[in-house]
Amino acid sequence: MATQSLAQPAAVRRGPLYAARSILGTQEGVLAISLIALIVTVGLINPRFVAERNLTNILQGYAYIAVAAIGVSMVIISGNIDISTGSLVGVLATISGTLAVNGVPIWLTWVLPVFVGMLVGAFNGFLVAYLRIPAIVVTLGMLSILKGGLISVTSGAWISNLPDGYHLAQMRLLGIPMPIYFMVVLTILAALWLRYSATGRAIYAVGGNAEAARLSGISERRIIMTVFILNGMFVGIAAILFATQLSIIQSTVPPNLELLIITASVVGGVSILGGTGTVIGSTLAAVLLSAIGSALVFVNISPYWLRAVQGVLILATVLADLLRRRRQRL
Amino acid sequence: MAVRDTTLSQNQLTSLTIRLRALLFRREGVLLIILIVALLLLSTQTDKFLTRENILNQGRFMTEVGLVALPMTFIIITGGIDLSVGSMLGLSAVVLGYTWQNLGFPLELAIITAVAASTLAGAVNGLVITRVGVPPLIATLATLALYRGLAEGISQARSARGYPEWFFQLGQGELFGVPTQLWIVLVAVIIAGVILGLTTFGRSIYAIGNNEVGARFSGLPVARNKLLIYTASGFMAGLAGYIFVSRVSTTRSDMGTGLELDVIAAVVLGGTSIFGGTGTIAGTVIGVILIQLLKNGLALTGVTGDATIVVIGIVLILSILINNLIQRWRGGD
Repeated sequence: MATQSLAQPAAVRRGPLYAARSILGTQEGVLAISLIALIVTVGLINPRFVAERNLTNILQGYAYIAVAAIGVSMVIISGNIDISTGSLVGVLATISGTLAVNGVPIWLTWVLPVFVGMLVGAFNGFLVAYLRIPAIVVTLGMLSILKGGLISVTSGAWISNLPDGYHLAQMRLLGIPMPIYFMVVLTILAALWLRYSATGRAIYAVGGNAEAARLSGISERRIIMTVFILNGMFVGIAAILFATQLSIIQSTVPPNLELLIITASVVGGVSILGGTGTVIGSTLAAVLLSAIGSALVFVNISPYWLRAVQGVLILATVLADLLRRRRQRL
Repeated sequence: MAVRDTTLSQNQLTSLTIRLRALLFRREGVLLIILIVALLLLSTQTDKFLTRENILNQGRFMTEVGLVALPMTFIIITGGIDLSVGSMLGLSAVVLGYTWQNLGFPLELAIITAVAASTLAGAVNGLVITRVGVPPLIATLATLALYRGLAEGISQARSARGYPEWFFQLGQGELFGVPTQLWIVLVAVIIAGVILGLTTFGRSIYAIGNNEVGARFSGLPVARNKLLIYTASGFMAGLAGYIFVSRVSTTRSDMGTGLELDVIAAVVLGGTSIFGGTGTIAGTVIGVILIQLLKNGLALTGVTGDATIVVIGIVLILSILINNLIQRWRGGD
């Protein structure tokens, strides 16, 4: 039920028309086609848009958003929400940079923040699962604590003179930037885990119908803890990708980041009501958001209109989703 | 007679203790105690805190959050949410500055256009939520981006300044010795309190929050009432935008960024359940005041501005936690 969109092969009836309809019947298909249409259209207007370098930039640009959106998608699928991820990225990036300039071994500066992220996630999860405080209140409080804590400890100072070899996100393997590997590999692993593991299925069950999940022997508390800890891990990895692409880290919270991450999840087809959605969708959505930002520059539209376009995009996605569900029900 | 008298007074006494206990258990009672304790603690730390001047000045700073928190209380009681309030405030500010400076509107007309634009934005939220059936969190997340994008696109990140002297009366002036905008807040609080507490419209808001389907089947105009409160949210955000511009003397497209979180924190702290169904205007007012006084009091005792945000985060979580514990304890006996 939950991943109906994934498990809908046009096996019974064959033919190009049915295939086309089944692709358009999934959010992932719609996103992939929109992405291709956008690239072709803007490429015809301005051929420099489809230059290899720009396409790489598009993929790389929002890779950290895509990675964080994997975690947030899981949280939303389980019927919860996390609005503290932007602040957490800011805090973890600062921790990583501070460790690096103080001579801590490079690999530790990459790994420790991820563990801190998981600890914060565990704390959020504990408050939601065991103390029964709504996730939106917990993460709203956590947002304040992290944001305020970060600025009052660091006064927003700049971290420069980062050591050689720290910039993981600027490294390349076989000519392809590292963030793209992280985005692709983590998305595939998370998608497989959500689809085929018992815990992954249980996340959908808890988000779709908590009562039924409980009756079938799933521990809702354990699932919510798992989801928030994993979310902390993905946000931690995102923070490392974010921090290591910069030559100077500013120890503040990147504005609106949490909303951009939630936008990727929602445009990717994760229903805010819980129980449905895939991380492949959220990653495709992050790439699409990145491509739109780049396209505005290439067709010479002021970047100040970017957020308006993003808003229209979310509305269009949600409308398309509602229409599709209505038709499927008929 | 004498015996009857004592029993009566004893009855009165027990009913008084019951009522006192009920008051203490009520969310507003708990909050009021926290507020008084915070006031006392902070006033022992610095003598600049409990002065007339400081308190009135703090009133200016909490005007925008206070105004927007009123319709937000209605919205959260229905089980909805409006994340776009900060963007609507920014849109109102930008429309005000742009129509006045770039389109040459008279300033009075520019103000009306700005508030109207924001009200329209709120109505669009309401229509998307009620007619199309998009969950409020998503609908207003989308319009948060859309309205902020419009503000940025219209203004192209240029600020508008140079307003005439009379324009600042509302944001910086005084009326009968009290900051002008506080009178507006006072009137708005009374109107909101009366509507929510004493009218059938107010009762329908609770009914929608408790059981929306049930409310619809009992013939309540659920869609119309929801449309009204989201429109009111746009109107209040627009008004707050005008007051904000008047207070800080300039217009920028990033005005009101993050306002939604301050407002939601105040409303939730004030005892309105995020799941809907319960909440009062009195609670929201205490929540708004508590947050502003905590910010100010801590700042005066030497805690930097950003550390106060930490305290607010902790207070928010703790207040819900204590409330949960009280509920459980009450359920226990």
